[in-house]
Amino acid sequence: MNRRSFLFAIVLAFLLSAPLLAVERFPPPDFETNYSFPTTTVPPPRVDQYDYIDAAVLLVALAVATLLIYRKRCRKGVFLLMLLSLAYFGFWRNGCICPIGSIGNIVMSIFDPAYTVPIVVILFFALPLLAALLFGRVFCAAVCPLGALQDLVIFRPLEVPRSVEHLLRLFAWLYLGLAVLFAATGAGLLICRYDPFIGFFRLGDHSSTLILGASFLIIGLFIARPYCRFVCPYGLILRQLGRLSRRFVTITPAECVNCRLCEEVCPFNAIDKPTAPWPQDQFVSDKRRLALLISLLPILVATLAFAGTRLDGILSRSHYTVQLAERVALEQSGVVPDITPNEILAFKKTGRTTDALYADAAAIRRQFRLGGGILGAFIGLVIGLKLITLGVRWRRDEYQAHRAACLACARCFEYCPVRKK
Amino acid sequence: MPQPQPNLTRRGLFGNGLWAAVVAGITGLSAYLFGRTKQAKTVWQIDPDKCVACGNCATYCVLELSAVKCVQVYAMCGYCDLCTGYLDPDPKKLDTGAENELCPTGAIERVFVEDPYFEYNIKEELCIACGKCVKGCEAFGNGSLFLQVRHDRCLRCNECSIAAACPSQAFRRVPADDPYLLKGAKESKPAGESKGIA
Repeated sequence: MNRRSFLFAIVLAFLLSAPLLAVERFPPPDFETNYSFPTTTVPPPRVDQYDYIDAAVLLVALAVATLLIYRKRCRKGVFLLMLLSLAYFGFWRNGCICPIGSIGNIVMSIFDPAYTVPIVVILFFALPLLAALLFGRVFCAAVCPLGALQDLVIFRPLEVPRSVEHLLRLFAWLYLGLAVLFAATGAGLLICRYDPFIGFFRLGDHSSTLILGASFLIIGLFIARPYCRFVCPYGLILRQLGRLSRRFVTITPAECVNCRLCEEVCPFNAIDKPTAPWPQDQFVSDKRRLALLISLLPILVATLAFAGTRLDGILSRSHYTVQLAERVALEQSGVVPDITPNEILAFKKTGRTTDALYADAAAIRRQFRLGGGILGAFIGLVIGLKLITLGVRWRRDEYQAHRAACLACARCFEYCPVRKK
Repeated sequence: MPQPQPNLTRRGLFGNGLWAAVVAGITGLSAYLFGRTKQAKTVWQIDPDKCVACGNCATYCVLELSAVKCVQVYAMCGYCDLCTGYLDPDPKKLDTGAENELCPTGAIERVFVEDPYFEYNIKEELCIACGKCVKGCEAFGNGSLFLQVRHDRCLRCNECSIAAACPSQAFRRVPADDPYLLKGAKESKPAGESKGIA
C-alpha cells in the first residue's frame, strides 16, 4: 500500500465513522452575543396549477382534432391545432408530461407498491387511448408535440418499402417491451431517458439529447415522422387501438371513384391501394403458406421466450443494484482500481453486508429472467402474427386509409375530388 | 325467437366484444390506479445520509446551472474558524482570500460572529453543487453542509438525469408538500415511503 492510498484509507475511515458515531465533533457554540441561528430556507416546489389545466387542454385538443378531421375535414385546421399543441405541450410546458412517457410511470406504479401516479398522469395515459378507440389516432394527428415537431420538417418524403417498414416497426415493439420491463423492475424510465425532442422543448439540454433529436429531424426531412412510425411505443399502442376504433378516417367523404389522385400524397405510407384480382392458380400454394406460418407461430414464441430468459445477464445490468453488486464483487475478488469508485464508497456508507446486496441482485436477475422470457414470447407473438397477416390476401376495391397506420393528418382529404352530396 | 339481424356478423360481434373489452380494460386500469393515488404529487430530493457528494449533481442536471445546491443547517454547524468546508485543506492563510477557499465559485460567505466563531452562508446563485464543501464538512466537521434539490429551480423531470447518474441512489421521490430531507429535522419525519428509481 503506497502512501497515497494509505492516507486515502485514513480519510475514508474517518468519513465512514462520521455517520456511525453520530456525534457532533464540534458542538454548536453558546454565543455570548445575542446571535440567533438563521433557519435554512426551504423554497416550495413551483405551484402547479397547470396540472389540471394540462389535462383539460388535452381533452379539448382531442375533441377539436376529432371535429376538424371528421366534421370539417380540414387540413389547415389540423395543422393549426398541431402548432398550438406544439407550442403548449412542447415549448410552454417543456414536453413533460406526455402520454408517451407516462407508459413508464403507469407500469412502475403497477409493479412498485410504494409508487403511485398522480391523477393527471392517469388522465394523460388513458384519454388518448380512449380517443383512439372512438376516432383513431387523433392524438398523433394534432395533439402530440413530438409528432408535431416532426410533421413540420417533412420536406421531401420518400416512400419506405412496406417490407422495410414492417421490419423497422419491430424495433418499436422491442422498445415498448424493454420500456415496460425496465419500468417494472425499477431499472428506470427508458422512454423519458431517450426522449429525442425534450432538449428542444427545454431550449437546451445535454448535447447527446440534442444530437439524438437533431438526427431524428434530419432523417425526418426525407422519411416522414420517423420517431412516430418506427420508435414511438405509445404510437404502437394507438395503432392497435386504431384497428378497433368506432370511426375511422376515410379519404373520400362519399364513394371512391378510384381516380388515383390520393395515391402518392400520404407521406406515411398509410394509403392502401385496391388489390389486384385474386390469382386463382395460387389458391392452394397460398393456403399451404398460411398453414406453415400459423404453425410457425408457437415455434417462434417458444424460441424467443427461451432466448429472452438467456438475456438476463445483459438486461439486468441496466439495474443499479446489479451494477453495484458486480462492482463490489470485482473489488472483493482483488481487482482493486486505483481510485475507489463513488458507488463503493456509497455502499460502504450504508453499512449493508455484501451478502444482502448479492441476494438483492440475484433476486433482480431472476425478475429479469422471467421478464426477459415474457418479452421474448411477446416479440415472438408479434413477429408470428405479423407474418400471418402478411400471408393473407386482403381484398380492397378502393383507396383506403390504413386503420392502424393512418395518423389522421388530413393531408389526403384535399386531394380527393369527390365532394359530399 | 327473434330473427337475427342482417348486419350482425360473426366478425362484427367479435370486433364489438374486443372493443368493449379494451375500453373496460383501460377504464378499469385507470380506476385501479386512481384508487391507489395516495399523494397528489412527488418531487425529487436527495437523501443526505446516502449522498457521497460525488459532484454528479453539478454536471448531470438538465439545467445549465444545477437545481441542486448546497444548504447549511445552522443548528448543526460548529461555526469553526478552521472550517474544512470553507478552507482549502492546505490554506496559505486563514482568511477569505480566494486562494484559500475550497469552493471553486466562491459561493460560501464567511461572516465573523464573535471570537472564535464564524457563520457560513451559501450564496445559492453561485453554488454549482460540486459538493467539495460537503465532502470537507463531512470529513472533518459536523456535516452541516449538504446537497439538496432546490425546488424553486427544479424542473421535475419525470426521469431525473442526476438521479439516473447518482452513484449512491440518494435521489428519491418525496411528497411535494414535504419536499426537503434536511439533516437534523428527520427525527420528526417518517422514513420515506417512495423508493428512488433511477
